[in-house]
Amino acid sequence: MRVTCTVNGVDRTADDVWEGESLLYVLRERLGLPGSKNACEQGECGSCTVYLDGTAVCACLVAAGQAAGRDVRTVEGLAPEGGLDPVQRAFLQAGAVQCGFCTPGLIVSVHDLLAHNPQPTDPEIREALAGNLCRCTGYEKIMDAVRLAAADGAGAA
Amino acid sequence: MTTVHVGLPAAVDGGVGASPQRPDGRLKVTGEFAFSSDLWADDMLWGATLRSPHPRARITALDIGPALRVPGVYAVLTHEDVPGAPLYGLEHVDQPVLAAREIRYQGEPIVIVAADHPETARRAARLVEVAYDVLDPVTELAAALDPAGPQVHADRPNLLRHVPIRRGDPHATAAVVVTGEYEVGMQDQAFLGPESGLAVPAEDGGIDLYIATQWLHVDQRQVAACLGLPPEKVRLTLSGVGGAFGAREDLSMQVHACMLALHTGRPVKMVYGREESFFGHVHRHPARLRYEHGADADGRLVYVKARILLDGGAYASSTGAVVANAATLGVGPYDVPNVVMDAYGLYTNNPPCGAMRGFGAVQACFAYESQMDKLAAALGLDPVEVRVRNALTTGDLMPTGQVVEGPAPVAELLRLVRERPPAPAVGDFLPGGTANTTRGEGVVRGVGFGIGIKNVCFSEGFDDFATARVRLELVGGRPAVLVHTAAAEVGQGLVTVQAQIVRTELGVEQVTIAPADTAVGSAGSSSASRQTYMTGGAVRAACQAIRTRLLERLGRAPSTTDNDKKVPFLALEEIAELLGEGAIEETVEWRHRPTHPLDPATGQGDAHVQYAFAAHRATVDVDLELGLVKVVEIVTAQDVGKAVNPGAVAGQIQGGTAQGLGLALMEEIQVVDGKVRNPSFTDYLLPTIMDMPPMSLDVLELADPHSPYGLRGVGEPPTISSTPAVVAAIRAATGAALTRVPVRPEHIVGV
Repeated sequence: MRVTCTVNGVDRTADDVWEGESLLYVLRERLGLPGSKNACEQGECGSCTVYLDGTAVCACLVAAGQAAGRDVRTVEGLAPEGGLDPVQRAFLQAGAVQCGFCTPGLIVSVHDLLAHNPQPTDPEIREALAGNLCRCTGYEKIMDAVRLAAADGAGAA
Repeated sequence: MTTVHVGLPAAVDGGVGASPQRPDGRLKVTGEFAFSSDLWADDMLWGATLRSPHPRARITALDIGPALRVPGVYAVLTHEDVPGAPLYGLEHVDQPVLAAREIRYQGEPIVIVAADHPETARRAARLVEVAYDVLDPVTELAAALDPAGPQVHADRPNLLRHVPIRRGDPHATAAVVVTGEYEVGMQDQAFLGPESGLAVPAEDGGIDLYIATQWLHVDQRQVAACLGLPPEKVRLTLSGVGGAFGAREDLSMQVHACMLALHTGRPVKMVYGREESFFGHVHRHPARLRYEHGADADGRLVYVKARILLDGGAYASSTGAVVANAATLGVGPYDVPNVVMDAYGLYTNNPPCGAMRGFGAVQACFAYESQMDKLAAALGLDPVEVRVRNALTTGDLMPTGQVVEGPAPVAELLRLVRERPPAPAVGDFLPGGTANTTRGEGVVRGVGFGIGIKNVCFSEGFDDFATARVRLELVGGRPAVLVHTAAAEVGQGLVTVQAQIVRTELGVEQVTIAPADTAVGSAGSSSASRQTYMTGGAVRAACQAIRTRLLERLGRAPSTTDNDKKVPFLALEEIAELLGEGAIEETVEWRHRPTHPLDPATGQGDAHVQYAFAAHRATVDVDLELGLVKVVEIVTAQDVGKAVNPGAVAGQIQGGTAQGLGLALMEEIQVVDGKVRNPSFTDYLLPTIMDMPPMSLDVLELADPHSPYGLRGVGEPPTISSTPAVVAAIRAATGAALTRVPVRPEHIVGV
């Protein structure tokens, strides 16, 4: 089947999509956007988190056909070409990146959190990010990154 | 002694001791960093694997016809298509590339398929018809130990390795004796980036493999042998690695992807899903440990007797080295005059086990630290006090007879974690978290301690080395450095550290780390907490060779002391002038001081390069009715010798502590009759950000006289002692015995 949707502000079309393919597969393998990661394929780890019509979802749990005609925003589309979103900058500054496999999904989740709650408390941060697994950091520097991004007014824009 | 001090000592940012940002960080936060599962080539095919559903069976018939007939399928290969050696392995060559007849574990690969869509490949693989003669698996350690019982491998006994250690009087007696039996479940490394890679056939009949691994050259050696190709025709390049933790030491899809690519003449990509990943790599050895500790009335240890059984599963992997670690580190960071230790690694039909962060030291630490708490209780002593009274220190002997050289601040680390202010009276969350299972009724608090010991680098006489090629040249008229190694960046920050070392040694800020590949000599493995020590040491030595060359051009000899300076030894302008004669390149193969084998009967020998220590204090809240635990806070103290990158050191300690917490509370591959019951992230639980507490650190920098910059390997120690600290805290809160990890609610509630 053919799937057409808006991805990072651009109309995109994928042909020969098998009905069982996920939005994640289409993004990664058909549209050349491998930033969203494939770590569990069950919606447990959050590595594939993207915005679908403004709602943060696990792209592995969205059938490609469900995305037809809708608006998708991935980690590649958070900042203008060549720039960094404040959340991306905070992850770098806080040293919250090790292997980096969880990072794109976490950045979209933090972006979403701060958009709804620009000054979250620590428990609110932990609750909001409970669906994003990280195996490297023990989350301490991820907490630092979220606090830093909030202090920089990441969610205010 | 005089110091050569040529030119201006301009300070250089981002050298050793600083925490510059990762060079790959920007790509990682924007999603542009290419992990091994992100690779793509024109005209590429997808590979898939058919695996055995049975832990022990004989294949009686195999028909690939139905798979070959699926449109879009380009190749269906079996053991008959393996071009070279049919078996591979890290220490013992005992594992089939594809099973021929015998099946020894659930998930053993039998057939591989290449197709134009991954789902087509998977569906075709499922159509292969395999007839099995299903056999009773050997799954219990006691049965595996029985020489009269069934053998997992017909040509060898189930006993893979026995390491005995005998020190002092085996018949020593003591006033106070405590005994215990402990069990450690099978933990998974659970890296987030699944096994994956891209094999591209080359015009010379060889293969280019882009792969996530921990050691390119050990992969190259095994892949070349199985393909029947000379190593120079099997070229490996490291692609982005989504975590490792030991799980990428053994081969997974490397040979399979290369076979499919060579057979079809097209690039082949293989990416395991999460379920397949649980079958695609080795796990941490489950263990049963029996300990007897004897002490005098003051709490001084008189003897330790122990027997440790480690379940190696179906194939050897690195079991031999894991057994040696469990044995040699098995009494912990304590001075014990009399030791009778026996550690055994066994073949079974359970999933193969091998390297995971901590590597044999983790299992032993849970047991010996549980014993130290038991001893404290028997003596009426404070748990930290009994540890301090027995703390290993510089000049003491290990049970192997090896002298502990350099700083061994065991007592100091214990005091540091004890003296930290107590955890807040109320944590962010109660047990049960946001599920609102309690408002605080039935919740009790406990505090527990743990300390561990780990060896750094490869041991027992292994020829452990790392290679670095460093090139100093003018780029746009300014000095710049290119570093080329085969060392695997797996997330730990090795790429950052290599550049820091160059900046400190050469005073040149502009440093580029070339992609790691097999075009340069081996760097050894990114494991055993060794890469900053080893590849860092090699980069440093190559930089020092370049300094010598520069000074030769300058016309003066290098000083013996200027290697330790923290300032550039030549001004950039002078380096630029000297480089007018051409670039300077040096390749250095660097070794740590040699180690020696263990005596096979007594376990005596200087087997290890360096010891590292970390201590933890855990504070927990426990819901006594539901058996739910919330870790409120963890405090860690670790001696790192020299924090080459303090930010990365903290990241290693925090991440390692989290993996130890996972083993304490939730992480276990549940194996029943040889079959894995929970191969998914829905059923294999990893600590989330809700499970992890705030962590605080004390980092000591007590220089090791033998290592580069005095550094001590950092990655593994924090994983080792957080497990017993968390369990001790639960015991303190509940009084439950808790002899097994992970601790389950029913162990606390007693149902």
